[in-house]
Amino acid sequence: MTAPVVIFFVLAAIAVLGAVSLILQRHPIHSALSLIVVMVALAGLYLLMGAEFVAAIQIIIYGGAIMVLFIFVIMLLNAGEEERTNFSGLATYAGIPLAVAVTGLIAAAIVSSGRSLPAPAPSGALTSTKTLSLLLFNEFVYPFELTSFLILVAILGVIVLAQREN
Amino acid sequence: MVPTNYYLFLSAILFGLGIVAFVFKRNVITLFMAIELMLNAVNLAFVAFSQSLGKPDGEVFVLFVIIVAAAEAAVGLGIIILTARNRHSLNVERVDLLKL
Repeated sequence: MTAPVVIFFVLAAIAVLGAVSLILQRHPIHSALSLIVVMVALAGLYLLMGAEFVAAIQIIIYGGAIMVLFIFVIMLLNAGEEERTNFSGLATYAGIPLAVAVTGLIAAAIVSSGRSLPAPAPSGALTSTKTLSLLLFNEFVYPFELTSFLILVAILGVIVLAQREN
Repeated sequence: MVPTNYYLFLSAILFGLGIVAFVFKRNVITLFMAIELMLNAVNLAFVAFSQSLGKPDGEVFVLFVIIVAAAEAAVGLGIIILTARNRHSLNVERVDLLKL
């Protein structure tokens, strides 16, 4: 096995363990910290593939901004341990089969059609931020402008929601 | 080099774990984290395809997914704060006003 494959398996194991830990932890703050582990491992995988800008954005926005927001809300609401309820029989009986079926379907599709895909470019051939920004501000400039409206709507929505009625 | 299939398999596994978390967890904040996990799995597949095909379009899409996820997290957590204030519980099973 070459070095990139070893690094891939280490990072993939960290990501999967973090995701399993997210499920097994009872306290929401522990789940949030597990999710941060998954995100940092994914950022490492992006770097391995040569997507440096996406890796930086992953850490700054996901690992930084969004998860800090989550942790703030958990602390603000003083969220304690999850209580166990048995209201939903559907989850207990159909949950695992459903997830296994979806994962199996995706994996089967990959096996049947993914063989023709070429391997990613060798490391060192990074997607330069210049290429990415040229694409973003030429070809995808309308979606880019629309996202600013989306964020504006989100800001207004949160202000309306968070306001106490008087 | 690492074959693209490996990344796609990891993406499928993370998506499946996200579904498991979404179905089994009872805390509404953890459900939101499960959604974020699934979005991350999709992002991984996007970047893998983009690198494998040599087109940076996929990475631009990842940026859009991250922007939408940020907006969704902000609005969703605002809604969570409101429900927690009104129902005095974070358990999704106790938020059942729309149930007959």
